[in-house]
Amino acid sequence: MSQPTVEAASAVPAEARILTYAEALNEALRLEMRRDPRVFVMGEDVAVWGGGGVFGVTRGLLEEFGPQRVRDTPISEEAIAALAVGAAMAGMRPVAEFMYADFMTLAMEPIVNQAAKIRYMFGGKARVPVVFRAQEGAGRGNAAQHSQSLEAWFCHVPGLKVVTPSTPADAKGLLIAAIRDGNPVVFLEHKVLYTTKGPVPPGEYTVPLGVADCKREGRDVTCVGIHTMVHKALAAAEILAREGIELEVIDPRTLVPLDLDTIVASVRKTGRLIVTHEAVERAGFGAEIIAQVTSAAFDALDAPPVRVCGKNVPVPYSAPLEAAALPQVDDIVAAARKLVA
Amino acid sequence: MSSEVVEIPTELGPGQLVDMLRTMYLIRLFDERALALYREGAMRGTTHPYIGMEAVAVGACAALRPTDRITSTHRGHGHCLAKGGDPRLMMAELLGKATGYCKGKGGSMHIADVDAGILGANGIVGGGIGLATGAALASQLAGRDDVVLCFFGDGALNQGILHEAANLAAIWKLPVVYLCENNQYAMSARADRFTSVPDPSVRAAAYGFPGVSCDGMDPLAVYRAVREAVARARRGEGPSLVVAVTYRFLGHHVGDPLNYRDKAEVEQWRARDPIGRFEKVLLAHRLLTPERLEAVRADAERQIEEAVAFAKASPDPDPQTLWEDVYA
Repeated sequence: MSQPTVEAASAVPAEARILTYAEALNEALRLEMRRDPRVFVMGEDVAVWGGGGVFGVTRGLLEEFGPQRVRDTPISEEAIAALAVGAAMAGMRPVAEFMYADFMTLAMEPIVNQAAKIRYMFGGKARVPVVFRAQEGAGRGNAAQHSQSLEAWFCHVPGLKVVTPSTPADAKGLLIAAIRDGNPVVFLEHKVLYTTKGPVPPGEYTVPLGVADCKREGRDVTCVGIHTMVHKALAAAEILAREGIELEVIDPRTLVPLDLDTIVASVRKTGRLIVTHEAVERAGFGAEIIAQVTSAAFDALDAPPVRVCGKNVPVPYSAPLEAAALPQVDDIVAAARKLVA
Repeated sequence: MSSEVVEIPTELGPGQLVDMLRTMYLIRLFDERALALYREGAMRGTTHPYIGMEAVAVGACAALRPTDRITSTHRGHGHCLAKGGDPRLMMAELLGKATGYCKGKGGSMHIADVDAGILGANGIVGGGIGLATGAALASQLAGRDDVVLCFFGDGALNQGILHEAANLAAIWKLPVVYLCENNQYAMSARADRFTSVPDPSVRAAAYGFPGVSCDGMDPLAVYRAVREAVARARRGEGPSLVVAVTYRFLGHHVGDPLNYRDKAEVEQWRARDPIGRFEKVLLAHRLLTPERLEAVRADAERQIEEAVAFAKASPDPDPQTLWEDVYA
């Protein structure tokens, strides 16, 4: 697939530099580790490999912060998650990395049964300020066990917050917010986005969890997308604009909490809704967005909402098969045309 | 029991020894009361009695200091009381009351007092193992010499998290003590049916740290074994595994059909009742008189009755609290 070029997300100060998504995440970790000695990172190959991380997100952290706070772990995903939860309960602010979101399936017990529930189960007398970072998604020929988008799994568990940044600037601000949040946050990056570039403000700033961002305004169709689909929606918007169809592109940025107000306000303007994500359509988060919008603003809808999502198959390896499994720009264009027809 | 004189570790003063006996009474009486409350319909869900295993929690926690932490299990009332939990708040939680440790949201299997170092009972078998190891990592990162004592049962011996966490604790020299309460049964499964070795303490060798077995019906034997493990952890030398060989006198929980073990076996273990044995030790050493012993027992009874009265008099949670504390 083409590497999307990221447009300036929202108001970005003049001193912003152009960074990759991976560099922006790295800056967030570095700033938070400097600010707060309780923050530490651990995961598989986060310290030594290539100077820090298979995708470079933790590059240089070992040099600056040392092996106590930048910890390579054995290939023990359940323990990575469980130790992070225990350390968080005991006053630390762990950032636990899973090399692939697919590997989080090995760690569901501590994430789902422990992290998500401890505060509630204990009557509010515990805090679990832990960030579970991973990258998900397809587009690189990694096949079925390294390409899944599993965000809906975590959205289904009360007690977890779920973050899905699509731009470098958002990635940095959201990660800082996630580390400071005080709750377990599942922070899902996208592997294809790591090398994408965009303007990133220097210094500390947060993008609050639960605030969507309108990436492009338009009056005809609302398109809610996450991760790579934000960029595909923007590309679709360019094509549609030439036909006189205006696509409004909303990136919720966090799925839990979800900024339903921004989405509903957009639908009230356009009367038409597309939701798009790489995760398979069946029981995907798009269904939840459509259900919530339909309940809140059924009267505003001029047509049934449409899902442009991953096919209900495991992600295949070969390039044409993988492309066919994923939602593409043309699919969004076609959906929008049909909605306004 | 044998007539040999049991040696008492010199660092345990008379006051602490009598407190240990009092806590054993408290645990026994607490769980007897919990069962009665369950049977009279005052308690929901289920309860897993610790009766017969009191020596393990009491002996182990006697080796801790207040800033040390524990993680507990579904059979957790004994651990909580031994670490200093308040029986009133525990009993109120069992009855689902607003005044309970968890404001009625946790019940028997989720009692916690994080500020007191009790990182929670746990409804998942082995669920506390990773949490304890992580809390030990926090202790190490903070430059403190506090230790984490991780209780788990023989059923958890075969959970994968134990392998992952034990290996990590070993390579990072984390200050954690893994304390396996081998009460012989994981629900209906006798330990020798599902655990590959008769003495699970040998599994520690696979991780390169010490593993010992001790008599889990004797609080002083448990104390000695845990004391060594705690000292090693505090010195920064890493984890240990202690297996306390013990027995649950009652079923897995209140609804246990108990068709998997015979009465003779139960009677053999009941003859080694840890409370009766410890009473005899303290009497033999003249650490208390029979009259004082009765007074200590009566004091524990009074505490439990107060806890029940407090729990029964406490209000149910306001339904609005349903929405509280999902997030911080």
